[in-house]
Amino acid sequence: MTQMTDTTLDLARQHANARIRKARINAAIRYVVLGIVGLVMLYPLIWLVGASFKTNSEIFANPGFLPQNPTADGYIEGWKTSTPYTFGTFFLNSFKIIVPKVIGTVISCTFVAYGFARFDFPFKKILFGSVIAILLLPNVVTRIPQYILFRDLGWLDSFLPLWVPSALAGDAFFVFMLVQFLRAIPGDMEEAARVDGANSWQTLVFIVVPMLAPALISVALFQFMWTMNDFLGPLIYISSVDKYPVSLALKLSIDTTEAFAWNRILAMSVLTITPALAVFFAAQKYFIEGISAGGIKG
Amino acid sequence: MARLQLHNLEKTYGNGFRAVHGINLDIEEGEFMVFVGPSGCAKSTTLRMIAGLEEISGGEVRIGDRIVNDLQPGKRHIAMVFQNYALYPHMKVRSNLSFGLRLAGVPKAERAKAVDEVARILEIEPLLDRLPKQLSGGQAQRVALGRALIKKPEVFLFDEPLSNLDAKLRASMRVRITDLHRRLKAEGKASTVVYVTHDQTEAMTMGDRICVMQSGHIMQVATPKVLYDQPANLFVASFIGSPEMNLIDGSLNGNTFTTATQQVELPPHLLGRLSSYPKKAVLGIRPQHLRLATTGLTATLKNVEFMGHEVYLYANLDGTDVVCVASTAEFDAMDRSADHLTLQPDPAHMHIFDRESGANVSLPQGAA
Ligand SMILES: Nc1ncnc2c1ncn2[C@@H]1O[C@H](COP(=O)(O)OP(=O)(O)O)[C@@H](O)[C@H]1O
Ligand SMILES: [Mg+2]
Repeated sequence: MTQMTDTTLDLARQHANARIRKARINAAIRYVVLGIVGLVMLYPLIWLVGASFKTNSEIFANPGFLPQNPTADGYIEGWKTSTPYTFGTFFLNSFKIIVPKVIGTVISCTFVAYGFARFDFPFKKILFGSVIAILLLPNVVTRIPQYILFRDLGWLDSFLPLWVPSALAGDAFFVFMLVQFLRAIPGDMEEAARVDGANSWQTLVFIVVPMLAPALISVALFQFMWTMNDFLGPLIYISSVDKYPVSLALKLSIDTTEAFAWNRILAMSVLTITPALAVFFAAQKYFIEGISAGGIKG
Repeated sequence: MARLQLHNLEKTYGNGFRAVHGINLDIEEGEFMVFVGPSGCAKSTTLRMIAGLEEISGGEVRIGDRIVNDLQPGKRHIAMVFQNYALYPHMKVRSNLSFGLRLAGVPKAERAKAVDEVARILEIEPLLDRLPKQLSGGQAQRVALGRALIKKPEVFLFDEPLSNLDAKLRASMRVRITDLHRRLKAEGKASTVVYVTHDQTEAMTMGDRICVMQSGHIMQVATPKVLYDQPANLFVASFIGSPEMNLIDGSLNGNTFTTATQQVELPPHLLGRLSSYPKKAVLGIRPQHLRLATTGLTATLKNVEFMGHEVYLYANLDGTDVVCVASTAEFDAMDRSADHLTLQPDPAHMHIFDRESGANVSLPQGAA
């Protein structure tokens, strides 16, 4: 009797062990597959970082990403650039464009979205319709009229054409995103604030903006990354090299007459993507919260 | 403390829907007034016009001796408690409570004192440093109450504040609110209260007076007792009281009320006070005032519900469903084999309504 129970128990134990082993193997396979796919996606980036430490000749000789004789040459030479300015100047220029643009976007889009989401005014439907229309319009369509407008204003070769449209809520996508986000927030809190004696501005600043915070962080991040990567805008409006942002400066190092120094270009590319990556990882939590919360239907 | 007056108050929404049809109401200083009515009868709309959250389409709202039609909500000396609390989600309870005072420029020390006082009254001291999302429904509602209380408003507005709470909590909050009002009133500091609910139990237990509304009209304004004993019309008669008042169709002939096949003799005091003599009439009698008897109206018994100390008998009387509330003793004494009930209406509690207009034509002289 006891013997029989023992064997039954053993059998059960064996089964359980087999199940656990199987689950472990399954998990291992899953992670290996995921790891491989992830590596494939990331490989260009890893290669970029590795290659930026190679010498110019090794880049083409050695297909692997680990440099044989790591050297910071690419960074040192690349930083100096072929112009009278260092790459630092171009970084500074980029930030001179980005910081006012991001601040302007966040403020102006908040105002416009608050207006659309919470107030009734004449022609609201038509106006909001045109915001959506702008959203659907390809950017290139407005390039030429915009260029002529800014030329007549005498703004060419300044940062104004890059700042002003955004500071006037010109980015329909952000307005739309914030309006959707606001529509999902019930108006009760704002009514409570009005009963508490807040006027529309105080309600906006003390109640609406804090509730919008995740969405506003997303807006700021998107604008930061898009502006950092924007090539066409500066290309059209900025003509003096001393005002070039990094996106143009990178292209500059390819354009010059000397033989391409790929290691310098790659090194500067690595530097160029660093701020965007750093900001993204720092704010990842809010960023994802903002995007997903904005998706809730109101 | 202030009197609140509504004068020909009207609301037409942007889509042309007329929600409030010229309401007149006079609410005394320190009075607890309850607006009650079915969903969609414009209780909230009226309350929001008083608060200033909804534009007034016609007529006026007067708080104290000021016409407040064109004043911002913050300037009306009111406070409001919302159904879903509407606490500011990013602020700690403490800041939620003091936000209004902060906007009014009250110095910090004074604000802290006010917060402490309100927190003590509502027993929310341990919650002061929490965020709203860390509160249970009952706690959140107490904080919402505190946020209104701290402003010492002249008029207190509630829009179904308890309907998101479970039954037990609702009952205790009900007592807490009325208690608070009585206490403040005794100290001479009570605000005038307008309390909106669709729940007649809340209305009957809380209100000094109750304003029964239907489709943007006021049906009757009276104390709970008058509302129960002397409903002004069929709507109030059927809305107030549980189970509902029995309303039996028929006609008046001489001193009798005649249904399709049966007759009830009307007592002289009732006949004496009829303000009109409608041909098509409705006899109203509450289930508690319909006695099991040996003579009277015969009805077919359909269903029986035991409620413990009493029994609800559901029956059909000449095509009208009626309910009779009997004591368990009466029920035990009843002949169970019969499928008929003999019911005798209590002559002291009969009402006669005009079927066309719905008005109660048997109200005592001088009644509202
Ligand atoms: N913004 C609005 N536009 C049009 N009609 C409305 C609006 N708000 C409420 N109503 C209508 O007004 C009536 C009264 O609504 P409400 O005051 O919310 O009723 P209650 O609070 O008594 O349930 C309802 O029939 C409702 O459909
Ligand atoms: Mg309502």
